[in-house]
Amino acid sequence: MNNLLEIQGLSKTYGSVTALNDVSLSIEPGHIIGLLGPNGSGKTTLIKIICGLLQPNTGTVLVDGNLAGSANSKAAISYLPDKTYLDEDMKIESIISMFDYFYDDFDMDRAMEMLSSLNINPKATLKTLSKGNQEKVHLIVVMSRRAKLYILDEPIAGVDPAAREYILRTIISNYEPSASMIIATHLIADVEPVLDEAIFLQNGSIKLFKPIDEIRAENGQSVEGLFKEVYRC
Amino acid sequence: MPWNLNSGSPIFVQIIEHLQIDIVSGKYKPGDKLPSVRDLAGEAGVNPNTMQKALSDLESTGLVHSERTSGRFITEDDNMIKNLRKSLVDVQIEKFFKSMEKLGFTGEEILELVKEYSQK
Repeated sequence: MNNLLEIQGLSKTYGSVTALNDVSLSIEPGHIIGLLGPNGSGKTTLIKIICGLLQPNTGTVLVDGNLAGSANSKAAISYLPDKTYLDEDMKIESIISMFDYFYDDFDMDRAMEMLSSLNINPKATLKTLSKGNQEKVHLIVVMSRRAKLYILDEPIAGVDPAAREYILRTIISNYEPSASMIIATHLIADVEPVLDEAIFLQNGSIKLFKPIDEIRAENGQSVEGLFKEVYRC
Repeated sequence: MPWNLNSGSPIFVQIIEHLQIDIVSGKYKPGDKLPSVRDLAGEAGVNPNTMQKALSDLESTGLVHSERTSGRFITEDDNMIKNLRKSLVDVQIEKFFKSMEKLGFTGEEILELVKEYSQK
């Protein structure tokens, strides 16, 4: 099997609430995919199941051929959660060495280069940084791994437009044909040019999974435009 | 600064238009080597696969060609670039006339207005 991610018949309920309803999808290596959907559509639930942090009620998830939650699947995924888990009393350089120690695929040079490009002092303690800069630190350590599957949950929401541009450029220039990336975000217009495909989630089901340029050609508008139309409130 | 790719048309189409203008305007001269796909994608702020697709498209028109190991080059055929410039001009003029007609001007009035403008 060549797919990096293979999801079959995935469902998840929280009590009487259905978060995911019979989701199936596969992702090949070398793709950057936008996971799009309104609040409460199931994006974070889907991501957490792929990362092995939640158990589905039914269905299977294979990451590079390994069951989600297994050690091999976790080693293959570099995950940026929607809320940071880093200890804010740690210095940036200690966080970096912790990641370097923990992950075999961590690229120290890449991390240091990104820190200096974004003007973040490695000697600083995390809690002395602004919220946006704290998010950048977490994104830097996640992007500095040479993983097979990157999963970023709202990676650019809290950072300024110039840093956003830098981060998206970093994603493009670090892109490897053997790796894929899933980006969950509401900032569609910003990420749209870097995506291969978009997944629209609605009430826990996949409404659409298509190449960006196909969406644009069929609808004569950007993916953000289509999103606003599909999810009109 | 990423390229301005804001319209609703497919991104690879907008990339092609951008590169055509770069060639016609002389940013890339006949025979020049193009940057790598990754560098161009980084400069444009687009997905490398999309950039690849746009370049393959330009290749099929003959405007750029690739040498197996040394990269992609702009055509040295001046005529082809001249023709491209002509077709880009046609597109602009058509757009201009359409929007002027929307404002209620006839062909002759438009010509007169253009003349006045150019003498300002």
